[in-house]
Amino acid sequence: MQPSTRNAAPTPAPPATQPLLSVEGLSVEFGGQRVIDDLSFRVHPGRTLAIVGESGSGKSVTSLSVMRLADMAGARFPTGRILFQGSQGPRDLLTATQKEMRAIRGKEIAMIFQEPMTSLNPVFTIGDQIGETLTLHEGMGKAAAAEEARRLLDMVRLPDAAQILKRYPHQLSGGMRQRVMIAMALACRPRLLIADEPTTALDVTIQAQILTIMRDLQAELGMAMMFITHDMGVVAEMADDVVVMWKGRKVEEGRAADLFATPRQPYTRALLAAVPRLGSMAGQDHPRRLPLTVLDGDHVTTVGEARVQDTADYGAAPLLSVRDLSVRFKSRTNWLGCATHQVHAVTQVSFDIHPGETLALVGESGSGKSTIGRTIQQLQEATSGRISFHGRPLSEMGAADRNRLRRDVQYIFQDPFASLDPRKTVGFSIAEPIRTHGLLDGEREIRKRVDGLLERVGLTPAHAARYPHEFSGGQRQRVCIARALASDPKLIIADEALSALDVSIQAQVINLFMDLQAERGLAYLFISHDMAVVEKMSHRVAVLFLGQIMEMGSRRQIFESPAHDYTRRLLSAVPVADPSRRSRRALLDGEIPSPIRAVGDDPAVLPLEEVRPGHFVRRSA
Amino acid sequence: MAAALSFLRSPRFRNLEFLLGASLTLVICLAVLFSDQLFPGGADKMDLMARLSPPFRTAAHPLGTDPLGRDVLARVVAGGKISLLVGFVSVAGAAVIGVLMGLISGYYRGICDIVVMRFADVQLALPFILLAITFIAIVGGSLTNTIILLIVSQWVQYARLVRGSVLALREREFILSARAIGVKDWRIIVQHLLPNLIGPVIVLLTLNVANNILLESSLTFLGLGIDPTIPSWGGMLASGRTYLQVAWWVSVFPGLAILLTVLGLNLLGDWLRDSLDPTGRTSR
Repeated sequence: MQPSTRNAAPTPAPPATQPLLSVEGLSVEFGGQRVIDDLSFRVHPGRTLAIVGESGSGKSVTSLSVMRLADMAGARFPTGRILFQGSQGPRDLLTATQKEMRAIRGKEIAMIFQEPMTSLNPVFTIGDQIGETLTLHEGMGKAAAAEEARRLLDMVRLPDAAQILKRYPHQLSGGMRQRVMIAMALACRPRLLIADEPTTALDVTIQAQILTIMRDLQAELGMAMMFITHDMGVVAEMADDVVVMWKGRKVEEGRAADLFATPRQPYTRALLAAVPRLGSMAGQDHPRRLPLTVLDGDHVTTVGEARVQDTADYGAAPLLSVRDLSVRFKSRTNWLGCATHQVHAVTQVSFDIHPGETLALVGESGSGKSTIGRTIQQLQEATSGRISFHGRPLSEMGAADRNRLRRDVQYIFQDPFASLDPRKTVGFSIAEPIRTHGLLDGEREIRKRVDGLLERVGLTPAHAARYPHEFSGGQRQRVCIARALASDPKLIIADEALSALDVSIQAQVINLFMDLQAERGLAYLFISHDMAVVEKMSHRVAVLFLGQIMEMGSRRQIFESPAHDYTRRLLSAVPVADPSRRSRRALLDGEIPSPIRAVGDDPAVLPLEEVRPGHFVRRSA
Repeated sequence: MAAALSFLRSPRFRNLEFLLGASLTLVICLAVLFSDQLFPGGADKMDLMARLSPPFRTAAHPLGTDPLGRDVLARVVAGGKISLLVGFVSVAGAAVIGVLMGLISGYYRGICDIVVMRFADVQLALPFILLAITFIAIVGGSLTNTIILLIVSQWVQYARLVRGSVLALREREFILSARAIGVKDWRIIVQHLLPNLIGPVIVLLTLNVANNILLESSLTFLGLGIDPTIPSWGGMLASGRTYLQVAWWVSVFPGLAILLTVLGLNLLGDWLRDSLDPTGRTSR
């Protein structure tokens, strides 16, 4: 490691002590296929090592190998050592038997996983599950274990710990469950905590809470952390040291501050260049298409042009206008089947989209952003309100016109793995809108069109005969885009369309979206929770909270002078991929409230005020 | 162990599976179809002097004879007519009705679903024998009525299986995205839902063929089925039961015929299911 020349480095130099965990020349094979090759890194006591990489880089296999959990999936370890300084002195975990590992797992090395929904057993109470760890490893009695469990829940700042001990996992929110998982992991005061994407499934404000708790607890308990993540923002927030992995190999390692400031390896440079950074568009009126930094052999080059995305045509009449849209679902019913509780998914939402414009709907889970998209696409009935297209309300259209709308408005879903029929070729899926609406006659015409679409999104005509499982995530999303373009739509609703993609792929797809917009004057309704991507893509932004628009304005207004508390809170929670801007913010408290209300108990709708031309802010109570 | 497992997953095994399944099924079907030519009048010819003669002794009765001196081989081949007819037709009928009902009630939900599923619940609550006795008492016993009875009592299995799959599939994004494009309901059902749920249906189909061959014999045994003098595998199995201690061959050979038929169909079914699934196709 090189000594830092920057005096602004926020992390102290690594201590001269012995490393707690030292992986040397590790390789891992599954069925003869090498997925990790010659990997070495060290974790020092009291420090956080982040292992970052895109999907398929082998970062999760690394963590599972340290725990020797990879054995159960059939892993072999042809070379290497994993030296761990346990309480019984140093030992090589690769030579330990599974029985010996069971004594180490949970007690000396603990692990938390990505999915807090599935890593707790649904039929036991929280108290039982934490208690089990304590009685098993620490040999505590029942009463002592219960008392200790309460103390642990207090430690992860769960309010009303005594009550939570009696609850079942499904009664807790995702963030609360992840805190319970952390409490369980810390029950035996492990020397090393391995966290595998612990906040990926959580909303940003909840993610910020969890990250703060983890950082504070690390300082309190002096344990080491190994943090597995794909999110460079989270790395910048959490890590002292970073290991960058790519295709099963270590590409680069170093102190977080150095690595972000002066990445040495081309891959790291390309990766960091692809990460959207919140605030990078400050001072710009329009979104910009930016050239891509790509890895070309062993050096980086930039490809593509930079262009101001000045495509929105505000002079024209709005393409889509939504007025006072409300959507409610029955949640609980009485014995007669009448609703007693309702989910207020969307409450009195109004907005316009002009041709060539990208309007972003941002918000956390339960904010109703997807419901709005689905209602516009007629996948969902509106409870009240009006949706008009080209000035014609949907409610006045006949069946034929409504069906025509399904041609002019297209929907792209979040998960490119789930949104293509696994049993149909990609060519069939792309041709489906053309056949459905009878846009072209004859198989040859359709084929030509499909080939053209595939080429437009960066694939080749030969791909048409393949099935979805033969494609990578990024390629599948390209297929979905080609399918959406097939009927020559005016508006595309992109529902978290970039969320499931690796950052480098994400950057390519953002550019594809922008190019298509410039070419065809497409309008986008861009639904996302990712503030940094929204800042890159959109002309205007609407911030949603519990089904209501809290603030709406141009991208610049929202990101540079947010006027509503919630917007500010949301922006401050986003981890920024820059360790020198690591925020020492106060802990964000509270859960996202539930949108379920009793019938008759309607949410209050406060008026929107126009603070600047085009900038609307919901008055706060 | 690992080598055996990887062989079972290899494309060579898939082809072997198809070859074995197809040839078994084909040989059995051909033999049964041409039973009259193979053994003219042989199934009912009695030779009381040679009753209960053991198999593999004489060329005249290679698989031995039954208590009435009838040739077991000839009866097994002739008995396949009834058994396969009942097995195939009842399963096909039940599957078609059940899959259709399951698709409709699962996809449209609402009143359709309630009616079909409550009807199915009532059906499942009735014991099969009770249903059989009532049904045959009203319409009388015959081959057609036996088949109808089996269809009526079994479509529910398919309907429930399919409805469950449809409920899971219809929330999947590729179905939603087809709806978002404006694809008509029947096209979604035929082109997207059906191919994605056919796998388990094929498995149930092949299992039920064997089940129905045996059910037919139970019905005959109870006097509710077809004329017991007409040979069928299930009937032979049941009548040979009393001689099992002294003449095992009377019931073992019809049993073997059922086993081979079901084995052949299962192999074919597995192969069909796998070749319909494109994710398995890459290994070819």
